[in-house]
Amino acid sequence: MAPKLPPHHPLEQSTSAVAGGQASAHHSPPRGIMRWLLTTNHKEIGSLYLIFSLVMFFIGGIFALVVRAELFQPGLQLVQPEFFNQMTTMHGLIMVFGAVMPAFTGLANWMIPLQVGAPDMALPRLNNFSFWLLPVAFALLLSTMLMPGGGPNFGWTFYAPLSTTYAPPSTTFFILSLHIAGISSILGAINIVATILNMRAPGMRLMDMPLFVWTWLITAFLLIAVMPVLAGVITMMLMDINFGTSFFNAAGGGDPVLFQHLFWFFGHPEVYIMILPAFGIVSAIIPTFARKRLFGYASMVYATASIAVLSFLVWAHHMFVVGLPLVAELFFMYTTMLIAVPTGVKVFNWITTLFRGSITFEPPMLFALAFVVLFTIGGFSGLMLAIAPADFQYHDTYFVVAHFHYVLVPGAVFAIMAGVYYWLPKWTGHYPNVKLSQWHFWLSVIGVNLTFFPMHFSGLAGMPRRIPDYALQFADFNLVSSLGALLFGASQLVFVAVVILCVRGGEKAPAKAWEGAEDLEWSVPSPAPLHTFDTPPNFRPHEH
Amino acid sequence: MRKSLVWMTGCLGFALMVPLAMANAWNMPVGVTDVSREIHSLHMIIFWICVVIGVVVFGVMFYSLFRFRRSQGAKASNFHENTTVEVIWTAVPLLILVGMAIPATATLKKMYDASDAELDIMITGQQWRWRYEYLGEDVAFNSNMSTPRAQIQGDEPRGEHYLLEVDEPLVLPVNRKVRFLMTADDVIHSWWVPDLAVKQDTIPGFINENWVRINEPGIYRGQCTELCGMDHGFMPIVVEALEEEEFDAWLAERKEAAEQEAMGVDREWELEELMERGEAVYGSICASCHQAEGQGAPPAFPALADNQQLIDDLDWHLDKILNGVSGSAMPAFRGTLNPVEIAAVTTWTRNAWGNDTGDAVQPAEIAERLSD
Ligand code: HEC
Ligand SMILES: [Cu+2]
Repeated sequence: MAPKLPPHHPLEQSTSAVAGGQASAHHSPPRGIMRWLLTTNHKEIGSLYLIFSLVMFFIGGIFALVVRAELFQPGLQLVQPEFFNQMTTMHGLIMVFGAVMPAFTGLANWMIPLQVGAPDMALPRLNNFSFWLLPVAFALLLSTMLMPGGGPNFGWTFYAPLSTTYAPPSTTFFILSLHIAGISSILGAINIVATILNMRAPGMRLMDMPLFVWTWLITAFLLIAVMPVLAGVITMMLMDINFGTSFFNAAGGGDPVLFQHLFWFFGHPEVYIMILPAFGIVSAIIPTFARKRLFGYASMVYATASIAVLSFLVWAHHMFVVGLPLVAELFFMYTTMLIAVPTGVKVFNWITTLFRGSITFEPPMLFALAFVVLFTIGGFSGLMLAIAPADFQYHDTYFVVAHFHYVLVPGAVFAIMAGVYYWLPKWTGHYPNVKLSQWHFWLSVIGVNLTFFPMHFSGLAGMPRRIPDYALQFADFNLVSSLGALLFGASQLVFVAVVILCVRGGEKAPAKAWEGAEDLEWSVPSPAPLHTFDTPPNFRPHEH
Repeated sequence: MRKSLVWMTGCLGFALMVPLAMANAWNMPVGVTDVSREIHSLHMIIFWICVVIGVVVFGVMFYSLFRFRRSQGAKASNFHENTTVEVIWTAVPLLILVGMAIPATATLKKMYDASDAELDIMITGQQWRWRYEYLGEDVAFNSNMSTPRAQIQGDEPRGEHYLLEVDEPLVLPVNRKVRFLMTADDVIHSWWVPDLAVKQDTIPGFINENWVRINEPGIYRGQCTELCGMDHGFMPIVVEALEEEEFDAWLAERKEAAEQEAMGVDREWELEELMERGEAVYGSICASCHQAEGQGAPPAFPALADNQQLIDDLDWHLDKILNGVSGSAMPAFRGTLNPVEIAAVTTWTRNAWGNDTGDAVQPAEIAERLSD
């Protein structure tokens, strides 16, 4: 299927990198479990990442449902505060590090080689290693809940000294598991950078790359920049806990606020790590189903890059009430407001792409459109949170919980689902069942809004986050949120059904599964064979 | 057609939620200070800006989705770039943001100006209570949640101020600038009263500053807003704002009581007296960790009942209470309880729950140890 490379156009930089992955794949591959343990194939590793992420999504989701069940009505009914705190903490950690990040890495593994016309990732063995670190990390993390004193109970932001001097004994294992997950992320990111920079099809310039590739390139640089900061801060915790240092212990001359600066210097770019690839996915889907080229491709790239740069300059907006000096408050307020500008540009570009298109509403498009609307709502509350004086009222309330769930659930998670629906025909050779997909979509949209919209109100009315029980005036909002969460959780079973059915059968998809789709992945057969682009494709850029 | 109908209803739903958001219990309180009013109006301005942008952006979006459906024969046009519009939609939001940043900066400056306060109050967060000291007035007390556990467990009907009530509120005067100096003994807490628009982290090793001038007498309630461990959800704040004369009378009365207490240090106390006082101190301070019956919650919190070392060794026992155990959750109480309270709680823990040592630890003894 893939057009042959003209002989005068050798792909010099990439041949040596590819050889390793290819060689092992051509010997008769091991069978059964060993095949998956040893695979160096980007498609198989991509699938492993995606399946792992789905499992984590359900585990993290069950933890969230425990939280919502306890908050269904005032009083303590199901769990005690110690366990409640473990649930909120584990929910956050699992969703961020176990579900959302690996899902994007899985999509990157599958799609980046296909979109740049490469036969595999640049470093296939490293790719295998990056993935298999993850199950180890998360098995360790989950096992802490069975240790004496329980698992992490200090929130996913694990502020010292609650996470050091006052932490349960299992915290050392928590630190180890984060280290392992962090190494996995860094290696994955290095691999992605190497693939994108070295293995593009001949003739594909950077400014010809699909936006998913662009956003991932930038995300990978963010990961390489900030994961070491996370590693540093958890190592300092480790020293405080086990080796008698006092980085964060005020009684020993340490500084608990330093922890927050370091954490958020990692944590804010981390937020963009979880959303930039989502922008890339949506930028692929909207043009496909509007049958019109993405409006403002170049400005999309620049906007992504400026968001990435700004993401290093806004971390202290998570710390407006820790007592920063006035100039710092002002600086971080201005930079945070500024980030709304490139984000706005992206939304405007998507909408202008729709304008005078020829639009249809296949399942991927439904999720992408819901993403645009609901992510923008999360952006609005973000803009409100940027106003430092007002943040004194919003901070650490359910208003913040509403905000970041809007950008992460109907934001990042919907984009991932949109991507899955979009590329399932390429992966399996079948279209996902339309009726079931629509059910999944509508139930999810209703569930997500029922869950998170009332949280704006409970937050403004004064409900702090991370509390196991609440005053009576918050009861109605919480009841609605809990019912919504149950609906949202249950509707993800429909998603699993769609995926399983699609793997097993369904309407056959041609190579170009969507008539408006243009990128290179649609030039290989559906399902994509295990090895694609053994010879680089003949890439023809859009004329500008 | 059906799909777009569903979309339209979705939009309408959101549009309907907006007026609901304006209702009082759904929105940020206006509050009772000048600062809280300013913050509320900033909040409303930025909210309406978002609503207007939202209406325009989603309006264009839904119009396009409706108007350019392929099912209605829409043909895609070909444009995909336009520098002018890109510049416009970069510049216009930028201008709006500058317009927003100006009043926000002014309010923030005001919030940071804690100078010329007439009263200084030290607020200390502890797992899981607040401690208030009226600096220079010799008045200090702890403020614990007073909602009974039975209400939380659902064995009793829940009261009107469930979880938002305390044994001793922070009493403040209206119309006077009060400065808060805020710190914590153990982990980070955050002191928040929405009606006063004061939210400030209390951080061990740091002293943060904030201030308030309350315009109306009344009772204002809030909560700790930084996750601080097990009972984070159970450390409410109640502020009682009194007219100035009433406040002065209250303060004078508390000062007198404090003096009485100081005199109590020198006299000999009976076992019963100490036990009565000790039970109260234990219930309000120690029970949150060591539990009401002294049974503790091992391994996190050791039992005090039937604790052989405690029974055998008074010196060791006093050392734990006075100096705490560094590197653990056990706080040092030498700075936060007075000699009478320390003597009383020591006596209580040495005699309650079958510990039965018969020791009556005298406040004078404690005072002596403290002065060493
Ligand atoms: C914030 C929780 C907390 C509070 C409040 C608290 N304690 Fe403790 N206490 C602890 C912990 C934790 C230990 C164990 C310290 C260690 O040895 O690691 C402890 C240890 C002790 C011990 C030594 C017991 C032993 O067997 O090692 C005594 C005695 C004690 N506390 C008395 C009190 C008294 C009296 C009060 C109230 C005035 C009190 N504690 C309040 C957490 C608390
Ligand atoms: Cu607290």
